Amino acid sequence: MNLPAPSTVPVPRHHVLSVLVENKAGVLARVASLFARRGYNIYSLAVAPTHDERFSRITVVVDVESAPLEQVVKQLNKLINVIKISELDPRDSVERELMLATVKADPEVRHQVMSLLDLFEGRVLDVGHDELTVTLDDHPSRLDDLEELLRPFGIVDIQRTGRVALPRLERGPS
Amino acid sequence: MQTNGASALIKSLEHEGVEVIFGLPGGAILPVYDPIIDSPVRHVLVRHEQGAGHMAEGYALATGRPGVAMVTSGPAATNIVTPLADAYMDSVPMVVITGQVPVPAIGTDAFQECDTTGITRSITKHNELVTRAEDIPLAIRQAFHIATTGRPGPVLVDIPKDIVDPRNPASAMDWYWPSDDEVVSSLPGYRPTLKGHPKKIREAAELMLAARRPVLYIGGGILKSRAAEALLELAELTGIPVVTTLMARGAFPDSHELCLGMPGMHGNYTAVTAMQQSDLLVALGSRFDDRVVGKLDGFAPDAKIIHVDVDPAELGKVRRPDVPIVGDCRLVIEELVKVLREQGVGTPGVGVDLTPWRSQISGWQERFPLTYEPSAPGELLKPQFVLEQLRDRSPEDTIVASGVGQHQMWTSQYWHFNHPYTWINSGGLGTMGFSVPAAIGAKVGQPDRTVWAVDGDGCFQMTAQELVTASIERIPVKIAIINNAYLGMVRQWQEMFYDERYSEVYLSPDVPDYVKWAEAMGCVAMRVESPEEAGPAIDKANEINDRPVVLEFRTDAAEKVFPMVPSGLSNDEIVVDPSQQERPR
Repeated sequence: MNLPAPSTVPVPRHHVLSVLVENKAGVLARVASLFARRGYNIYSLAVAPTHDERFSRITVVVDVESAPLEQVVKQLNKLINVIKISELDPRDSVERELMLATVKADPEVRHQVMSLLDLFEGRVLDVGHDELTVTLDDHPSRLDDLEELLRPFGIVDIQRTGRVALPRLERGPS
Repeated sequence: MQTNGASALIKSLEHEGVEVIFGLPGGAILPVYDPIIDSPVRHVLVRHEQGAGHMAEGYALATGRPGVAMVTSGPAATNIVTPLADAYMDSVPMVVITGQVPVPAIGTDAFQECDTTGITRSITKHNELVTRAEDIPLAIRQAFHIATTGRPGPVLVDIPKDIVDPRNPASAMDWYWPSDDEVVSSLPGYRPTLKGHPKKIREAAELMLAARRPVLYIGGGILKSRAAEALLELAELTGIPVVTTLMARGAFPDSHELCLGMPGMHGNYTAVTAMQQSDLLVALGSRFDDRVVGKLDGFAPDAKIIHVDVDPAELGKVRRPDVPIVGDCRLVIEELVKVLREQGVGTPGVGVDLTPWRSQISGWQERFPLTYEPSAPGELLKPQFVLEQLRDRSPEDTIVASGVGQHQMWTSQYWHFNHPYTWINSGGLGTMGFSVPAAIGAKVGQPDRTVWAVDGDGCFQMTAQELVTASIERIPVKIAIINNAYLGMVRQWQEMFYDERYSEVYLSPDVPDYVKWAEAMGCVAMRVESPEEAGPAIDKANEINDRPVVLEFRTDAAEKVFPMVPSGLSNDEIVVDPSQQERPR
C-alpha cells in the first residue's frame, strides 16, 4: 500500500506571517488585537522564544485577503515591540505542525488505527481500555489527512499546535 | 545614589526638560505627588482628568514639545482615554503617567483598579506597565523618545503604587540615567525611517516638472516635522498651489498668493476643485482622510500621487501612490528642493508653465469666495461675522483653539492663519469639549501670546469646568462661545439629510446662563447679542490679561456651514453657499 499523497498546499486566502517580537509581557496581546479590531480571525498561532531569549517568534495563520493583510502587516510593523515580519509563502517555506488525538479504538479495531498511524509515521503515546492517544508531527496538510481518516473511528479529543514555519534554504552556493 | 521610585520619576521628568505637568492626584499616584512639592516642574491642577490630557495636547501643539499629564489609576485613567485617543489620531506628542494599584494587587479587582495598558493599547503609540522601581528612568526616557520621534504620538506609562511608595521596600533603587544609546538599543523594533530614498525623490521631481495642474496637498505632518519653512521654499520655487488640510492650517500662510486654503467636506470651492482637477497631488504629511477625499473612487481621478510620510503604513492605505516616499517631511522636502534646483527649475524652458492652471484657479477664487448673508437689524448674529470680528481685532499671531462642529469649520474657514502652530484643534477624533482645556495648555506653553478658544455651546458644556483651573492658576485664556442653542452640525445634517426632523439637538440659549457660570468660575464674562456690541466686547476681552474671559455670542441657529460635500458623494458634488448656487458649471 502506498503512502497517502500529500495534499496540495495552500488553502487559498490563508496567509502565514512570521513575526519576530521582543519576548516580554503584553506583546502577544498587541499583535492579536490588530487582527481582532478588524474582525479578522486568527486561524492558528504558535509562539516560542528563538535561539536568542530576548526574542520570540510568532507564527500566525490568518484568513485575510492580500490587500487588507498588507495594511495589517504595516500596522504590525509600527508596534514598538515588533522587530521583523515576513510573510511565508508556503511554496518557499518548510512548515510543520504537531497534533495529539485521542481516538476511540476498541481492541477489535485498534490494529486498524495503528496501521493507519504507521502509514503516516505517527506514534502512539497512550493506550487506554478502548481509546488511543496518538501523535503526528508533519506538514499541516498531512495532519488534516490523518484527522480526516481517524474521524470514522471516533475522535474523542484533538489538539493541534498551529503551524510553525521557516523559509526554505538556498539550494546553490551563495 | 540611593533613591526611591517616586523621586526617580520626578527627577526623570526634570531630566527630560519637562516644564509643566497637567494632572490631578489620587490614591495610587499619591507617592509621586510628594516630590513634586520640591521640584521646579510646574504642576497645573485640573478639575477633571480629561482636561489634563487635552491641556497636554494643547501645550504640545502650540510649542512642539511633548505635553505631560499625570493622573491616578482606575477612573482617572479611564477619564484620560479620550485625550489619548485624540492625540493618537492627530499624532500629538504626549506622555501620560498613570498610577496603578500595587503590583501584588494587580488583577484582584482592587479599589480603583483597571487594566490601563489593556484599555489604552489601541489608542497609544506605545504603553508600558512598569513593575520594578529601577526600570522607571528607562521607561520615562523611552516614552519621551517614542512620543517625539518618527510619527509623534501619545505614550502611557503605568506606575504601580508599591514601586513609588518610599514606605515600601519595593520602591528602593539606585538612581541612574540611561544614555541615548541605551534608549535606542533598548528598543530594537523601533527605527523610524527619516531620510527619503534618493531614487524616489528624483522620480518625484520628474513628476513635478511634468505636471500641468499640480497641487501641494499639505497635512499635519508638515507641522509635526517643523517643515513650514522648507514647504514655503518648495512652493515658491515651483509655483505650485498649496492646500492646507484642517490639521495643517498655518503650515503655509493663508495670505500667500499660492495658498488655496482648506480642502475637504467644508473646504472652500477652489481648494476642493483644484484637487479634483489636478494631474498631480504632492501629498506631504497628509493621509487622504475621508473628510478630505469624499467618495474615494471619485477623488482626483486624473491625479498622479506623490505621497511623503514618515509612517510607512500611510502610503497606500487609502490611495495607492505613484511615488511613495517614506521619510520625515522636512528632510524629504529639502532633498526635493535640491534636486529640483539641480534640474534648473525656475529657469525658462524647464518644467511646465503653470500660468494657465494658476489663472483657472484664480477664476474659481473670484467666483466662489467664502460668503454668507449678513444679518438684518434685530436678527441674531451670524457666526461668520463673529469670526471675522475676532480675527480682525486680535493680534496677528493669536493662537486659536476650537471644539468640534460648525464653529470649528467656521473658525478654520474664516481665520487667516499666517503662522505655524497657531491652530489647535481636534481633527481626527473630533472630540467635543477639546477647546477650553487645549487653549489652557497652549497658553501655558506660549504665555506671551493671545490665546482664543472658539467654542460651541454644546462643546463648552462638556469641559467648561477647566476655566476654574485657568482662573486659579492665572492662565488668562479667552473663550468665545458661539451660542446657537443647538448641537449645530448635527442640526445641519438633520435639516439637509433628515427632512428637517430635529432629533435631540436643541440645547436652549439661556440655560445655563453662560455669563453667570463663567463669572462663578472666576472669569470676566460678557454677552453679545448685536453686531454693534461685538467689536467693543472683543476689544475689551483682548485687553484683559490677568484672568480668563468668556464672551457669549448669541448666533443664528439656521446658519449652515458651506461649502459642503455631502457625505458619500464625490468632491465634484460640492454644494456652495445658496447665494452662489445659480451658476453655470
